[in-house]
Amino acid sequence: MGDKKFMKGNNAIAEAAVRAGCRFFAGYPITPQNEIPEYLSWRLPEVGGAFVQGESEVASINMVYGAAAMGTRALTSSSGPGISLKAEGISYLAAAALPAVIVNISRGGPGLGSIQPAQSDYLQATKALGHGGFHAMVFAPNSAQEAVDLVYNAWDYAERDRNPVFILMDGCLGNIMEEVDLPPMKELNDEDIPGWALTRRNDPERDWQLSLTPIYTEEMLEGLNAMAGEMYKSWETEDVKYEEFMLDDAEYVVVAYGIASRVSKEAILKLREQGYKVGLIRPITLFPFPKKVIHDLDYSKVKGIIDVEMTLPAQMHDDIALQVLERCPIYEYGRSGGCLLDDDGVYEALLDIVSGGENNG
Amino acid sequence: MIQINERLCKDCKYCVKFCPKQILETGSVRNSRGHFYPVVTDPEKCISCGICATVCPEGAIELPAKGDDLNG
Amino acid sequence: MAEYKRSSLIASAPSGYCPGCLHSLATRLISDVLDELGQAQNSLNVISVGCSALNIKYWGGDFLSVAHGRAPAAATGIKRVNPERLVFAYQGDGDLAAIGLAEIMSAANRGENFTVIFANNQTYGMTGGQMAPTTLEGQVTTTTVNGRDPSTTGYPLKMCELISTLKAPAYVARFALNSPKGINQARAGIKKAFQLQMQGKGFTFVELLTNCPTNWHLSPLKTLEYMDTNTIPYFTPGIYKDCEVDAE
Repeated sequence: MGDKKFMKGNNAIAEAAVRAGCRFFAGYPITPQNEIPEYLSWRLPEVGGAFVQGESEVASINMVYGAAAMGTRALTSSSGPGISLKAEGISYLAAAALPAVIVNISRGGPGLGSIQPAQSDYLQATKALGHGGFHAMVFAPNSAQEAVDLVYNAWDYAERDRNPVFILMDGCLGNIMEEVDLPPMKELNDEDIPGWALTRRNDPERDWQLSLTPIYTEEMLEGLNAMAGEMYKSWETEDVKYEEFMLDDAEYVVVAYGIASRVSKEAILKLREQGYKVGLIRPITLFPFPKKVIHDLDYSKVKGIIDVEMTLPAQMHDDIALQVLERCPIYEYGRSGGCLLDDDGVYEALLDIVSGGENNG
Repeated sequence: MIQINERLCKDCKYCVKFCPKQILETGSVRNSRGHFYPVVTDPEKCISCGICATVCPEGAIELPAKGDDLNG
Repeated sequence: MAEYKRSSLIASAPSGYCPGCLHSLATRLISDVLDELGQAQNSLNVISVGCSALNIKYWGGDFLSVAHGRAPAAATGIKRVNPERLVFAYQGDGDLAAIGLAEIMSAANRGENFTVIFANNQTYGMTGGQMAPTTLEGQVTTTTVNGRDPSTTGYPLKMCELISTLKAPAYVARFALNSPKGINQARAGIKKAFQLQMQGKGFTFVELLTNCPTNWHLSPLKTLEYMDTNTIPYFTPGIYKDCEVDAE
């Protein structure tokens, strides 16, 4: 059932969330994600949902915490500096085992950085979305369509795991207009609300106490943290997503996600025309990281891994290195601060590496 | 007549202070948590005003409905 | 009083509060009012951080425990998606008037249809008696060892006065829990706030002047006297806003 539209990435995410059954959004204005709250401010009331423009990033994530506790599919979005402010609330979501979806349309950093696109929040998203040592599943789409598809299913993961799900994009993907095929509206009823939720709509007859808390005894907290660790491990075998591109005979393998993967593909096609055997591994889940595909490359053939990111220094490098295990060199190429990766720049950098020229590192 | 749930008492003495008939006093026996708890010195004088129940932080004092006999 | 029975909304075990702590009394009052209104099952307590978090073990009704200062934000999310539930946040003075000042003022200003019960005991009880935004001038705390000095720490925040300047709130009132009269007034105020919420009138705010025998270093009985001579003269009890009276 196709519903094709030409949409900005941010608007496509917002519409996909509505169709996924999201009925609550709270957020605070920050560039380059403003289209998401703007769109949802009129769209959510149309479907009986609620939109709140929070007084702060901190308040917004806690509004999401409240709505999520009622079993409502809830969303917030922001960009780097705002995600830092939301860190407390994201940690509480994980602690109270609440599902919610958080979108980061990232920009140049650190600090206020720039409002131009950048992939500067990889480490924050994958290693420490907040204090306390928890993780969220991190999806990194590289097109409006893929963003739609991932957002559409994000709450299914979040509710399965009772854990927040994080969507990491950048200002380019949030703001480019592309054709998207929108999925149908998920019609969720009161009976679909998870049993742990604090609403009583799903079972008004229930006469026992309902409660959710991020506070536990030491022993309980240790047990829950250990269980979370097992869950993260299970993601590695069950939920890793990545794309392989021209990988079979590749002597050089680019690892790039999101916008960097798109620019890299163009460069790889051009290099292939000239006979260079270059391929690509594109992580779609950044956490869990696609470790196995990188680990299991045939390093008797692979001469180098090239980490292309729109940030400096490269943030994915260590995750790649832990799989390469010094079996070949790892090169890096990137732009940062809101300066964009472009076709020529990536092509020339890759050419320099694969042609045996100077090591750019 | 009031009912004192001695188990809940923490010996703040608010009931003793505010009893208008001054018939509550801290007893000499400790409860399971080590707190002395109040006793009614002159049950005949209790007017069931409920002020002791009102000021008890713990809800340790209840006022049964009329006819709800203590020994019943 | 014809009859009084302890509410099933509070645990049958003793609370975790110190002897004579009026947090405990405030919790009991809320439970009494919810029983009286037939809202025990429909109510949802948003539990904040500080001594109020002791209610996680004491409160027998539905609750959500939330981050420090964020109860009005969480309650906003709750009430917007489940307007049929009676929602109240229970916050202390550090939680509400310091770290959560933006959340309380903004929720009040939006006229969110829930109730905030604010326990003001002029100190951070749980963390050991540091200066709160409501700490009185000259009051000795562990971070104002020579007494609160307004020249470096400002003056105690009057939340009822602040919130009643806003147009949206339906009911704003302060009561002192150090006397039977004050307790009965507080009970009536909490009841009124819940009733207004049930009628969809918007934001309601009840400040309860409480004590902290442990960190004030006074016996429970002495704290009641201290409140008469120090707290109440500064934090004047009364109804600061009432949409039903104001509309007349």
